[in-house]
Amino acid sequence: MSYAIQAEGLVKRFGSTTALAGVDLAARTGSILGVLGPNGAGKTTAVRVLATLIKPDEGRARVGGFDTIRDAHKVRELIGLTGQYASVDEELTGLENLILLGRLLELSRKDARQRARDLLERFGLTDAAGRPASTYSGGMRRRLDLAASLVGRPTVLYLDEPTTGLDPHARAEVWDVIRGLVADGVTVLLTTQYLDEADQLTNEIAVIDHGRVVANGTPAQLKAKAGAQRLEIRPALASDLPAVARLMTELAGVAPTEGADPGLLGVPVHDPAVMTAAVRRLEDARIVVRELALRLPSLDEVFLALTGHRAEPIGAGNEPTGPRNGPAGPPSPADETAATEGRLA
Amino acid sequence: MTALPAIATAPRRMNPLRALRHGLTLTWRSLLKIRRNPEALIDVTLQPIIFVVLFVFIFGGAISGDWRSYLQFVLPGLMVQTIVFSTMGTGIALNTDIDKGVFDRFRSLPIARSGPLVGAVLGDLVRYALSLAVLLGFGAVLGFDFTGGFLGALAGCALVMGFALALCWAWVWLGVTMKKPQGVQGVGILLMFPLTFGSNVFVQAGTLPGWLQAFVSVNPVTYLVDATRGLILGGPVAQPVLSSLAWMAGLLVAFVPLALRAYRRRT
Repeated sequence: MSYAIQAEGLVKRFGSTTALAGVDLAARTGSILGVLGPNGAGKTTAVRVLATLIKPDEGRARVGGFDTIRDAHKVRELIGLTGQYASVDEELTGLENLILLGRLLELSRKDARQRARDLLERFGLTDAAGRPASTYSGGMRRRLDLAASLVGRPTVLYLDEPTTGLDPHARAEVWDVIRGLVADGVTVLLTTQYLDEADQLTNEIAVIDHGRVVANGTPAQLKAKAGAQRLEIRPALASDLPAVARLMTELAGVAPTEGADPGLLGVPVHDPAVMTAAVRRLEDARIVVRELALRLPSLDEVFLALTGHRAEPIGAGNEPTGPRNGPAGPPSPADETAATEGRLA
Repeated sequence: MTALPAIATAPRRMNPLRALRHGLTLTWRSLLKIRRNPEALIDVTLQPIIFVVLFVFIFGGAISGDWRSYLQFVLPGLMVQTIVFSTMGTGIALNTDIDKGVFDRFRSLPIARSGPLVGAVLGDLVRYALSLAVLLGFGAVLGFDFTGGFLGALAGCALVMGFALALCWAWVWLGVTMKKPQGVQGVGILLMFPLTFGSNVFVQAGTLPGWLQAFVSVNPVTYLVDATRGLILGGPVAQPVLSSLAWMAGLLVAFVPLALRAYRRRT
């Protein structure tokens, strides 16, 4: 088995903060490794180590077989980097940015220009080629960042939260690009705060928390632990709660929990068809519900399921509806924030 | 574990020629930015003109009796002041690149480590040259008399540019060390005002109180102004030119290692 990325026992401290407390990561050549974790978990630090931007205090990493410290220069010939920090020059146009990178990679003037035009075309930026990058929309900017990381035809690509802050349409576009790259044989390391993104794209996920990898596996394996989706029902009348709980237990095979939000019952389910079944059963029982939803477990819930504790600080989720305040139920702390991504109802 | 198939090109060793090419490519970037964003040139174009107008016409009469003779006195000084101020831009630009993540992109590429620094410094040489040209051109329009001749003027410009090249390493150091561009600017103004005003740029040192004369006499700007005046107006230059060169060497010896060390650490 060949690994494009292999990190062992990475430790990195900044002053008194330990950003990485012994991280092992491995990505098979030609696969997508997802690194999932909340803000401040150490994802970006791990990427910076693997991209030779910082040196780990302990441990070592090999990229394409080269040591990131001893052979940093060789690693740099293999990698492409897209992230909140590896940025393009906002004052230059899209075309100028890509030509500059091509020239730095020692393409001839003509080849650099051609490569830039090809990439702009591929990312749908041809019309914006002559405009300064500062005038680009968020989605365009992200595509230009991606294009910039591809000028050198990297075989290993780091994408640090490539879709954070993008609307669903722009997100889907970025996902398509990433899939295309992997089809070309590129190995991708992708960090994300979104479970569905990791689920959609990655072959393997490392869940990282407080600078440690707390869980490892394929998306299917992790979901088996965390529950693929959650069925949530809020009956209009509190007196219906026991009946709804019974019904949900029959559907899901496990008893629902009420969590921090009183009146809302939730249970992990693996088959999306339970939604229709639930509607039918509720109708038969003449129970009126105020809320009925099938949603992905939030990162927070995955963390709870995988680690037994909550992700903290809670990452800037998709569109949090704000905390649903209420008296804390025994199993969860009072500050639960429910994310609504993937809500179907 | 097997390595990835190597990319098409053979592994290339870094050598001075390649490093120079990377530096020049990044110089091209600095020049593109100037063209793309001419407002950024205001500090090196409009500012010298404003200073000439301000000092020559407002203070000139009071200081020298008439503004024409003050123009002769102050223009070489303003050359030095303008250049010393524009070196600040080098630090701010570098710091902005680091702050915005542009540097990290460069650093993830297989290019010479020195490239971004060389690009920033060489690109700024163009800014310095431009500001000198504006200043001397405007001076000529007002009737400045280059009594030291063409070669003297050229030598004066070269000396000032050389000093800028040496001093800008202090700014590279600050730019790489400090957290935010605004911080660099703040520190810059704090340092640049005493350095340029606490000198013989605007008045003869002999008119100042004793304690201030003491400062003026150790201020490198004073030697540089003496040398520039001597070269442009014609006059004894050996002593101040030597002192200026010594200061330049000192600045380089002190700040190049500091800047490079901070650069390696930050980046």
